[in-house]
Amino acid sequence: MMAAPPPAGTFHDFMERARRADRLVVQPRMGFSSVERMRAGLIATRQAADWTAGTVTLDSYTRVGDLAATRRALREGHPLNGYPIVTLGPDTTREMLRGIRDATFPVQVRHGSAAPGAIFTALMACGLDATEGGPVSYCLPYGRVPLNVSVRAWREATRQLADLAATGVTPHLESFGGCMLGQLCPPSLLVAISVLECMFFAQQGIASVSLSYAQQTHPDQDAEAVAALRSIASDLLPQVAWHVVIYAYMGLYPATPAGAGDLLADAARLARRTGAARLIVKTAAEATQIPTIGDNVTALRVAAQAAATVSADTVPANTGPAKGTGIEAEARAIIEQVLSLNSDLGRALTAAFAMGYLDVPYCLHPDNAQRARSYIDADGYIRWGETGALPVSAGTRSRGHGLTSGELLHALSYVRDRYDTSDPALATHR
Amino acid sequence: MPRITGEGRHKPHAILATTSSDSHTWNLLFIQLLIEESGWSVANLGSCTPVGLLRDECLRQPPDMIVISTVNGHGAQEAPGIIAVLHAEPALDEIPVYLGGKLCTSTQDERDAVPGLLAAGYTGVLVGEDAVPVFRTALALAGARPRALARPRA
Repeated sequence: MMAAPPPAGTFHDFMERARRADRLVVQPRMGFSSVERMRAGLIATRQAADWTAGTVTLDSYTRVGDLAATRRALREGHPLNGYPIVTLGPDTTREMLRGIRDATFPVQVRHGSAAPGAIFTALMACGLDATEGGPVSYCLPYGRVPLNVSVRAWREATRQLADLAATGVTPHLESFGGCMLGQLCPPSLLVAISVLECMFFAQQGIASVSLSYAQQTHPDQDAEAVAALRSIASDLLPQVAWHVVIYAYMGLYPATPAGAGDLLADAARLARRTGAARLIVKTAAEATQIPTIGDNVTALRVAAQAAATVSADTVPANTGPAKGTGIEAEARAIIEQVLSLNSDLGRALTAAFAMGYLDVPYCLHPDNAQRARSYIDADGYIRWGETGALPVSAGTRSRGHGLTSGELLHALSYVRDRYDTSDPALATHR
Repeated sequence: MPRITGEGRHKPHAILATTSSDSHTWNLLFIQLLIEESGWSVANLGSCTPVGLLRDECLRQPPDMIVISTVNGHGAQEAPGIIAVLHAEPALDEIPVYLGGKLCTSTQDERDAVPGLLAAGYTGVLVGEDAVPVFRTALALAGARPRALARPRA
């Protein structure tokens, strides 16, 4: 049995250095079932730009805990859609990371699991200290695990990760709450869930968190949302180190290389303009297949270059109250309602969904109230169509009927169509 | 719940599911609306559908069509197991089963996988640009003479 390595390559320390250097960290979503290819992908990520972080994205069998399927696929040589960290065992992964992960290049595990215990155990056994997800954001959109079961599993796994602090490492946990189905979720709800999940992490003893926000349909609405996220985090996460991570658009991605590149560059500029510390990129291959290493390297470079075009003096040092369409007030109202339900964040989250105070539009999970609806307005902003029992009222409009398949497809394709078009009239709102 | 149209006929009924590892739901929501707009009722079983749940739901309320929509790239691997479970039930043997979405991690692998999936027992494997129009046609044809009309209902 090998002794644990010294705490080199911790994600938290790297992000602190990036903050002092005032540089945007760019990071791919990348995971391969081949150990050699995973290593090659991390090496390529490390070399792609000055400030990159590595990602090991896990396969979806591991995500749902079907380790028999992972073993079978490895045995029979079927490619998986990610790296099977639990099945491969710690020695293989330590060897895979040898000489790559260090103080200048941290590695985060991305997974998508509502029951992450085995994954957290595996990543800690490999000497890793950073991962992401959350009891809501990796439960509701991604499966059928009951929310209270996910909360229990996340509470236990998060406490286990927090225990790493005893070894001198500061473990880092990122909330995926700023994504929630990837598209058509009103920004105030994304902000609220991201903050609430990070408060949940902090309650389990995690001292370093990141709040996520996924690029949506309008850059001004996105900028207002990220300002709201930072403002609320300053108030509600005073005891922990936190930063904001932007996800390049998580919905239906442009099919043209030019459109995909423009959308990613806009995400990078959004990140810089709003004082976010990190960006998770998407690639031009996203629309058709799982990206190659080369696709990811290109995306990291496009993002790093776009970020560099935003001059440092336009980056806000701190944010005052957000102006605009009331995203911050709405997010605060939702958060306060949830916090009033129970001093235990996990129980509060479960109760809030049961009562519809949290209700994610178009989410089919049985624990989601499914009364809230959203739509993309003529100005390109995402707005509430129906608010159900959500503690928000401003600017709602009842359409009186649900979307047709054509309207749904139109809304889902809105960003893709705008970035793929060469028609300047259509491209104005992007 | 009885499904009666204005003409007093049963609506054709579809059961919609995905594979047990696939967490995506926008495809399920879209396909659900598409089926409903074709005059069908539909039971959307949601993401990461356990194959046992799909089988039990099909036995409980035998549909006129079973639809498997998956986009996570594992579909070609998981789909043969699903059709095997369904076809192990004599009561479900004649129900058309359509499979569609993004079935592999590359489009070339997907093209190569289609013949094997048809041989495994899928009525249709719908991928690529014309998947939706072909699916609408399949719905129109199957909906014109729903099995529900020919079958006593419990």
